[in-house]
Formats: sequence, C-alpha cells, structure tokens
Amino acid sequence: MKNASVALNAPSIAVNHADDPFGPHPAYPSSAHQSIPLAEEKLVPTHCCFCGMQCGIQLRVQGNRVVGFEPWEEFPFNRGMLCPKGVKRYLQGGHPDRLLSAYERDDQAPGGFRPLPVEKALDRVAEEIRRIQSRYGNEAFAVLSGASLTTEKAYLMGKFARVCLKTPNIDYNGRLCMVSAAAANKKAFGIDRCANPFSDILDAEVIWISGSNIAECSPILTNYIWQAREHGARVIVVDPRITPIARTCDLFLPVKPGRDVALFNGILHLMIASDHLDHDFIRNHTVGFEEVARSVAEWTPRRTAEVTGISERGIRQAAEWWGQAKTSFLLHARGIEHHSHGVENCLGAINIVLASGRIGRKGCGYGTITGQGNGQGGREHGQKCDQLPGARDISHPEHRQHVARIWGVPVDDIPGPGVDAYEIFRKIDRGEIRGLLSLCFNPVVSLPNNHFIQKMLRRLEFYVAIDFFMSETARFAHIVLPGSLHEEDEGTVTSAEGRVIRIRKAVDCPGEARQDWRLIQGIAHRLGCRKGFSFEHPREIFDELRRASAGGIADYSGITYEKIDEQMGVFWPCPNENHRGTPRLFEPGSYNPVAQGKGPFYFPDGKARFNVATYRPPAEDVDEDYPIILTSGRVVSQFLSGTQTRRIGPLLDQYPYPRIEIHPILAKKLNLQEGDWATVESRRGQCTLPVQIVQTIRPDTVFIPYHWGGQLSVNQLTIDAQDPVSKIPEFKVCAVRLRKADKPSR
Amino acid sequence: MEAEFFIDPNRCIGCQACVQACSECDTHKGYAMIHLEFVDRSRSTQTTPVVCMHCEQPTCAEVCPADAIKKTEEGIVRSARKPRCVACNNCVLACPFGVPKMMAEFELMMKCDMCYDRTSVGKKPMCATVCPSGALYFGPRSEIERLRPASAAVNEFRFGRQTVATKVNMMVPKTAGRAEYIDVADALQDNSNGKAIMLEMIHQ
Repeated sequence: MKNASVALNAPSIAVNHADDPFGPHPAYPSSAHQSIPLAEEKLVPTHCCFCGMQCGIQLRVQGNRVVGFEPWEEFPFNRGMLCPKGVKRYLQGGHPDRLLSAYERDDQAPGGFRPLPVEKALDRVAEEIRRIQSRYGNEAFAVLSGASLTTEKAYLMGKFARVCLKTPNIDYNGRLCMVSAAAANKKAFGIDRCANPFSDILDAEVIWISGSNIAECSPILTNYIWQAREHGARVIVVDPRITPIARTCDLFLPVKPGRDVALFNGILHLMIASDHLDHDFIRNHTVGFEEVARSVAEWTPRRTAEVTGISERGIRQAAEWWGQAKTSFLLHARGIEHHSHGVENCLGAINIVLASGRIGRKGCGYGTITGQGNGQGGREHGQKCDQLPGARDISHPEHRQHVARIWGVPVDDIPGPGVDAYEIFRKIDRGEIRGLLSLCFNPVVSLPNNHFIQKMLRRLEFYVAIDFFMSETARFAHIVLPGSLHEEDEGTVTSAEGRVIRIRKAVDCPGEARQDWRLIQGIAHRLGCRKGFSFEHPREIFDELRRASAGGIADYSGITYEKIDEQMGVFWPCPNENHRGTPRLFEPGSYNPVAQGKGPFYFPDGKARFNVATYRPPAEDVDEDYPIILTSGRVVSQFLSGTQTRRIGPLLDQYPYPRIEIHPILAKKLNLQEGDWATVESRRGQCTLPVQIVQTIRPDTVFIPYHWGGQLSVNQLTIDAQDPVSKIPEFKVCAVRLRKADKPSR
Repeated sequence: MEAEFFIDPNRCIGCQACVQACSECDTHKGYAMIHLEFVDRSRSTQTTPVVCMHCEQPTCAEVCPADAIKKTEEGIVRSARKPRCVACNNCVLACPFGVPKMMAEFELMMKCDMCYDRTSVGKKPMCATVCPSGALYFGPRSEIERLRPASAAVNEFRFGRQTVATKVNMMVPKTAGRAEYIDVADALQDNSNGKAIMLEMIHQ
C-alpha cells in the first residue's frame, strides 16, 4: 500500500484501540449508572455540549458524577427534545479514557506518554514558549482554539494570545464552520448573526433549505419545519442527497456539489423576469440591486439547469414558490459554505432574500445554522485571527483603542491580524511558526488533506495540547494538559439563533484535570502575566467581556448571568441592563449602533448591500483520471471530529464506521455490490471503506462522513483549497476515483 | 385533559433519539423497548418508530398460555409478569405490530409499557419527550388537533380479517384517503361499493 499515512507512521492510529491506554474505548452504561434516583441526586439544568442548537438538558448528578439525564421541558427552544447525542452525552463523564494528569511524550511509555504533575508540565510549557519566542520572535508561537468552548474561554484565548504571547497567530476551528456565512453576512447586512429567532420558522409560508442536513445535524429544527408544514408551509430542499428532511419536502432540488451560487442566480433571474420583487424594500433599504440584476441576466433557467444539474422545471417551480410567498425563511449551512467560493454561495442566497424583501419581520427570516455548540459566541470575542471582542476589527484603530483600554495595555502592543487556521500549518512548513498551543481543536481529523497536517505537527519544535481525551491531534504533542469537560465549568455560549445561554457546572474536574481557563492562566503567570490573567471565576471573565464588547456590534454589555436565567437566554445585541435583548434583527426601532436610526441594517446608511455573486466551479473539478465528486458531512450519532462521540458506545454502535454512500447506477458501473469494500482515491490520499448503495444520492457523487481519524478519515482525500475571503476549506467537493477492494486487515 | 400518545411516521428522521432515550429507563436500563424500522435504506431514508400500541383487546395477552400479560386500568398493556412468563414467544409471534421482545437472558417478554413509571406520576414517556421531529408526541388530543391541523389521528387498524383498536394513535395526512383494501381478494368478495363492483367485473 503506497498510502502516505503508512509511510508517515502516525503514532497509534490503528482501528483496534483496545490495547491503547488512551483509547478510544467505547463507554456503556455501567453499574454506576444503573442506580435508581437517590434522595441526594441533583438535577442541573444546562445545555447539550454538542451542536449549535444548544438544547436545554438536565444532568442527573450523584456525588461527583453525572449518571444520566432528564429532559428540561421548560427551556423554550427544545422543550425537552434531544437527539441521540444529547441523550447519551452523560457517558463521557467518568470515562476510562479521561486524561487525569498531564502527560509528557515518551516513546517507551504505554501509549507513547508518561504522566507528570500539572505544575511541572506548565513550567515546561512556559519554558518552551519563552525559548521559541526569544529565538524566533513572538510570531513563531501560534494558538489554535475552538468554538465548542464557552464564550468566556474563547475571549480569554484571544486575550492570552495578544496580550501574553503577543502573537498575531491565533485562529480557531470555526474556520471550518462559520466563516463563509459570517463574511457574507457582514458584507450584506453589516452584522454576523442569524437574523431571526427560529420561532419565526413557524410563520413562514415557504422554507428554503440549502446545503443543510437538518435532520441529522440540527435535529430539533425538524420539528419547527414540520410545525410550519402543518399550517401549510412549503419546504424546498437543495442538496445532492435526499436527507431525511429532503424525503418529506415539497420540492427537492438535487444540486450538483459546488454549484449553489448558480442556482441562486438562476432564481433571482426568474424573480426579476416575473417581477416577484419587493420594489419598495429594494429602493428604501438596499443598495446595489441594479448591478446584481445585470449580473444574473445570463442565468437563464436553461443555463442554470445545465450548471446545477437540476431540472429546469424544478428551478422554475422553486422560483415561483419563493417569488410569490408572503412570508419565508431561508436556511443554509455547511453544504453551501464549505467551498472555495463559499462566500459567493451565501451572498447568492442573501440576494434572493433581499430581493423578496422578506427579512426583519415576523415569519420573514434568514440565517445560517451554526454547527458548533458555541459557533456563534466563539466567533465574536477575539479568538479569530482578525478580530477583537464585540466582533471588532483588529485592524480598526478605534476598535483597537477600546479593547486596549479594557485590557490595560498600550494599543500598539496588540498585534495586527494573524493568519487562518490552515495557513498556520503552512507557516509551520515555511519555518515561520515553531511552537503551537491548541485547545478544543482536532485538526488531524478535521482539516482537509490531513497527511500534511500530521507532517506539520511532527515538524514543530514544541506543541502543547489541552484536551480531556487523547485526541488524534494531542498524540503529536510534547506536553498534554488535562482540561475540562463541558459539565465541569461555568460559562455562557451563544446558540445558532443568537441566544446567549448559561452552561452550569455539574461536577468538579477529576484527578489533576483543571478548567481550561485555569491552565491558560497558569501558563500566563509563568510568563510573567498576572495582571489581566487572575480571574477566579468565569463570571469575572464574562464581566470583562461585557465591557470589552460594549459599543461593538456583538454587544453583550447588558447581559448578566441573572438575566439569562430569568429570560431563559438573552439574544444579543443587548446594550444595557434594562434592555431585554434583540431576538429579531433589522426590525424598525431595534438597537443598531451603526445605522443610528437611519435604517434597519448595520451600515451607516442603514441599507443592506446586494453583492454580485460570481459563479466559479470547484477548485478541483472531475476529469478523466478522477471522474467522481466526493462530498463529506456528518451523521446524527457522531459529532465533528468524534473525540467525544467515538468514546460513547451506544452512539458508536449506531454508526460504527464510515461508509461510502453510492448510487446504484454508479455502483453498477464500478461492479460494486452492497457489502463490498472500495478504495476511494484522490490526488492527496486514499481510503478503503465499505459501500452503502442508496438511491438517495446523485449518481455522479459519493458521500463519506468525516468523524473518524487515521485510515478511516475522509480528510485524507479532501482538498485544502480555500475561499479567498473566508478561508474556509472546500470540504464539500473534490475529485476522486473508486475501485473495488478487499476488506483491509487492520 | 388526559394525555394520549400519537405517532407520526411521516415526521420520523431516523435519528434514534427515542431508542437511545428508551434504553435510559431505570426499569430496563441498557435495553430499548421501542423499535425503529428502516423501511428500505437502499431506496429511502424513511424510518418508522414503533411503540406498543396498547390494544383494547391485546392479541399478545390473548395468546399468552400463562396469563402473564396484564392491562392496567388506564389501558396500558404491561410487560409479561416475571413469575408467570414461560418465555414461549407466542406473544412475539402473534402481535400484529411486532412489538414484544423476548429477552432470552432474562427468559422474559419485555415491551414498551408507555413509560408507566413516568406517566403514572404525570410525566411524558421518555421517547415522546426527546423526539426532535415530533414523530412521537404525548399530550392532550385537543393540543395535537390545534398544532397539526393537516393531520388526522387513527387508532383502528386492520390486519387481514382482524381489526385492532388501540390506545396509541397514528397520525396520517388528512388528505390521504383511507385504504379500503389491502388484499385484492377481499375486494372481490365485497360488493358494497363501486370500486369493488368494478373489480368484480374485471374478475368475471
């Protein structure tokens, strides 16, 4: 096998992990979970640790252990509903793989690491940071963070990188998630947030879903959509696969991966042709329509059909329903965002919303569906390479001044913009970055072309990973620090609809594990930074964050933990303590510090922007050598890089390994039958997996879920092409070939 | 108002939250009593959750040689009683909905009892609480009629010549006609309406 992963000899990433002290071992309910509710059992109302829906859930706690869950029916978003991940998340507590001490790399030790006291590990981390920075400069040390962290931690990470490490090079895994939508939203609306609460879905006549496997990735939204259908709503789903939500939709448009912008342009073309436009809205509240109208003139139904692979009839039907609707809600997610033209895709979607005038009113909504638990809050307060708290711009002098004042540092000490998460690895390749700290990020599984990522991690002079399990990435670390699970810390997160909610601590960290922010402060202290890094409680971090965000677009200054409890969440912006928050953006009279009453949108003139959305094919289109499109995504029982969910037995059993979804027409051509194994090969790597033959996928496309590492990782194949603006990688399209294979012996 | 159980297979997304939540019940921890059927994954993502329908005249109880299956006053058909169950499998074979499970390691038939431990203290069954799509719903009939005006609740089912009335309701689209016949042969013998007469003519 000439697979590069073998040549690279990645440590312990085989499929059978039974002998590995760090697993992953699947956990099942044990006798500790069997006990019937005891008198001293407490129920802790908090939220799920996984996706951006942030369902309310109560954890059942006995002693210092989470032993189960009880639905939390009072929380308004999900009213007790949960997906299987939420139901079984309690099994991550007391897990045999949990890191209970710090570890130091030692090839002779079991699993390749030997334990060492946390204090000693922190000493070594500080020493290495100092050594690398004094030898190569501050910029040579980088930080990778994550959007599953509380907003308090995300804020502290940004501050730690800029104030303590004085490095511009911090970025986060929201780079693989939200950034295309964020960039498009800022260009069009001047603000990056879902424009409406999801309750507006209930009043929509037409619900347009582009590139979102809602039933598996944000299951609770299914109920909102069905509720709308019960009252007559029509549902349009655009996806290369008939996902469970697509199965029951009113119009399914099986788009060829990577062609979404063409569809949106084609729809706008027909809206103009049929005069299904809100002329008053366009005139009074937008700029740039004429230019966009000219740009879509070429997108006739025929051309749109040719490019998108959707029937002309389907395109016309969608345009008619969308054009004539009185109310509507357009939702999109990674399916249109994970592209080298992800921002254009989103702008195309926004253009058909603006042309309809259906935004900023009850039942008239638009929004991206955030993927990660704190995908929204985690991208607002400064762990993104170009951003400061309050969704401020790190290059903007006034923004820098405000944050420098809060941080108590000279404004010139705050570094300028750094580079995106993928570029950090390219900088390692060029020798510009020599040291790395990561928290809540598993790039060995989640970044495209991951053989390159592994090679770069091996090249680092020093790498420290903070994690609660030994993730595939942490295995490359020199030092691993034992961080905290979601249920071991207090804080806030912001859900996909922009609702700031509270995460409550249910148990203490076990063993020597510590809350992540305490570990970060421990490093800061050793580097001589006590001032500004001596918080005793997440609430103190939140209070500083409130002040840092004040006056910014993502203004949290009026949000308190008490107000969150009282209102069951507060939608930002919330500029003062008497303000109840802003569930729906762009309403007349709603808080808008940019337009100051000139209009609903977050620009000085209060007007939204139409943006020309130019169609470009994917970076790597199919050809004779690689004739099949590969697209990747998620399954309902696993979450992101699987660090947690691959350790939860009942979830793993539900979908134990990745399969290649393939249409019977393509399967026949390749002589593949159900149960066969096939090797999928791209220009970057190959992967041998069982095939699942289904009529629910386009015959020119295969699908593989991405939650696994090592030889099961689809990201061995994916391409590292990125959107030039958002820098999101093109996970959703690359070119591959398939051939029948023997089942590999692993 | 009394809460009732409603199943809408149309809404089911196959996520298995119900299966995972059912196995959390303290009376059968680790084992799910609910069934989730993948109709034919090669053709469709359609899935269907099946809870015990709690029949008015439970076939499972009728065929039990040991009189181990009892119905509560509220109409809940319970799992077999441990001291009586002889693990003969009659109920498993006879149930028209395929609900009872023979737990070989316990030599006992177990099945969905509509979370008797929860419903008897005013809570909702676990599956119907967590179900994210509303495919499983527990609440007053007036509530679901208000929430789902396009659907109708059905609680009478025919299996060949057997008609079964159940406590649990199945939601069907209001616009969908009632299936008159499942077996054409039945139609041929029935001349009560136009369709059947037409079929009879074809037969002749």
